[in-house]
Amino acid sequence: MIEFFDKYGALLAQGTIDTLVMSIASCVFAYVIGLPLGIWFAVTTPNGLRPNKAVNTVLGWIINIGRSIPFIILLVAIIPFTRLVVGTSLGVPGAVVPLTVAAAPFVARIVEQSLAEVDKDLIEAAHSFGASNMQIIMKVMLKESLPSLVRGVAITFVNLFGYSAMAGTVGAGGLGDIAIRYGYQRFQGDVMLAAVILCVVLVQVFQTFGDWLARTIDKR
Amino acid sequence: MIELIDVGKVYHASAGDHRALEGVNLRIEDGDIFGIIGESGAGKSTLVRLLNLLERPTEGRIIIDGSDITDYQGRELRELRANIGMIFQNFALFQQRTVLQNVTFPLEVRGGKKEANAKRAHELLRLVSLDDKASRYPSELSGGQQQRVAIARALANEPHYMLCDEATSALDSRTTVQVLDLLAHINAELGVTMVVITHSLDVAKRVCNRIAVIDEGHIVEEGKTADVFANPQSDVTRELLDWGYKRTDTPDGKEEVVRD
Ligand SMILES: Nc1ncnc2c1ncn2[C@@H]1O[C@H](COP(=O)(O)OP(=O)(O)OP(=O)(O)O)[C@@H](O)[C@H]1O
Ligand SMILES: [Mg+2]
Repeated sequence: MIEFFDKYGALLAQGTIDTLVMSIASCVFAYVIGLPLGIWFAVTTPNGLRPNKAVNTVLGWIINIGRSIPFIILLVAIIPFTRLVVGTSLGVPGAVVPLTVAAAPFVARIVEQSLAEVDKDLIEAAHSFGASNMQIIMKVMLKESLPSLVRGVAITFVNLFGYSAMAGTVGAGGLGDIAIRYGYQRFQGDVMLAAVILCVVLVQVFQTFGDWLARTIDKR
Repeated sequence: MIELIDVGKVYHASAGDHRALEGVNLRIEDGDIFGIIGESGAGKSTLVRLLNLLERPTEGRIIIDGSDITDYQGRELRELRANIGMIFQNFALFQQRTVLQNVTFPLEVRGGKKEANAKRAHELLRLVSLDDKASRYPSELSGGQQQRVAIARALANEPHYMLCDEATSALDSRTTVQVLDLLAHINAELGVTMVVITHSLDVAKRVCNRIAVIDEGHIVEEGKTADVFANPQSDVTRELLDWGYKRTDTPDGKEEVVRD
């Protein structure tokens, strides 16, 4: 056991860090893109704050197409774009770009769903107090759906955690990459098992934390 | 003073157009507690929602304090709404905000300073006897308490008018009386003119000095509450009165035959 950690501890630690960096960075960027997109989508629905059929339809297409492309294909297909953005298609930066592109439409959709749950009467009440649309988005829609949005972040993060393993195929590193390289290519089951256990434990921790946070901030 | 001149409203829906109001002429004087009664679907909510332009009339003009507000937009509209408080059947309190933050909401949207807003909100919560609940959340309050918070919130910007759409329908009869007395108190002490939608004649009788009866989008009768009750002019009103006389909601929610 001690011998095992002497030999592979640094590798697994580096893998954990790489996975976390990839997941966190792509999660943040996915929200930078997906959150405004999701708000825009929610606001333009037929019974939204500012209905706009054309915009809503186009956004719906983009979001659905984005979500329907298998990640492994997206990963390869956007390599030129990835190079353009971060200068390389390899390593952690090379993985963050496709992970972000894959997650952003997903984020937009779950943000839209969280916002759609906000009671229409509350929006009406806010109107009746003279709130502007922008104030209603910020002070009513986002505020009232915050617990639901937090749950969405947890789901997104856990998904990205899993997807980042696939990004190992572009040499991004991370726990998934380790599991594949050692388990599948070198038949070292113990290393693979350790990497998988780390993944499972980390996912559990993040999901539990996300659920706890959502519950704690929810005052309903 | 609120004046409606030949006001009509047609809802455009995919299933076809629906006329909700037609030829409504109405005058609500300052200091009134003006009741609007009528059957379900008669157009009561539509009528009241026109007054702060939550709905736009498709015909006619709406004059408030001498200004024609019918076409107000943007900033002008938001200023108008700040002068017209509103409370709702289901209270419509913000669930993720404390009681205090609910009351400061209308002040926040107008950009007041945080401390000044909080001070004003505490004053209002004292008015509705709920200052001790300031840091609670709506889900921790009873229905009557929630509606009192909503009343405090509606008063935040010192409005001259207050619209109440079935404000007591979700409350039991004892709480209803408390809330109605509070509204009457606010009307008397602060001079806030009230427009009160209700399907309960008891409510109308208790607080309203004038009532209008609305049926299928038309005002069929309007006058002093006592006069309308004593001497109804329309069949619709007589029917409503008859119904209300025979069956009165009792505190435990059952219906009871008073006299037949
Ligand atoms: N947004 C809308 N679109 C289409 N029709 C509507 C809309 N809102 C109301 N209506 C219709 O207009 C009519 C009047 O509705 P309104 O809500 O004003 O009635 P009400 O008198 O308040 O009834 P209740 O006592 O049930 O609340 C109803 O027939 C209703 O179906
Ligand atoms: Mg109604």
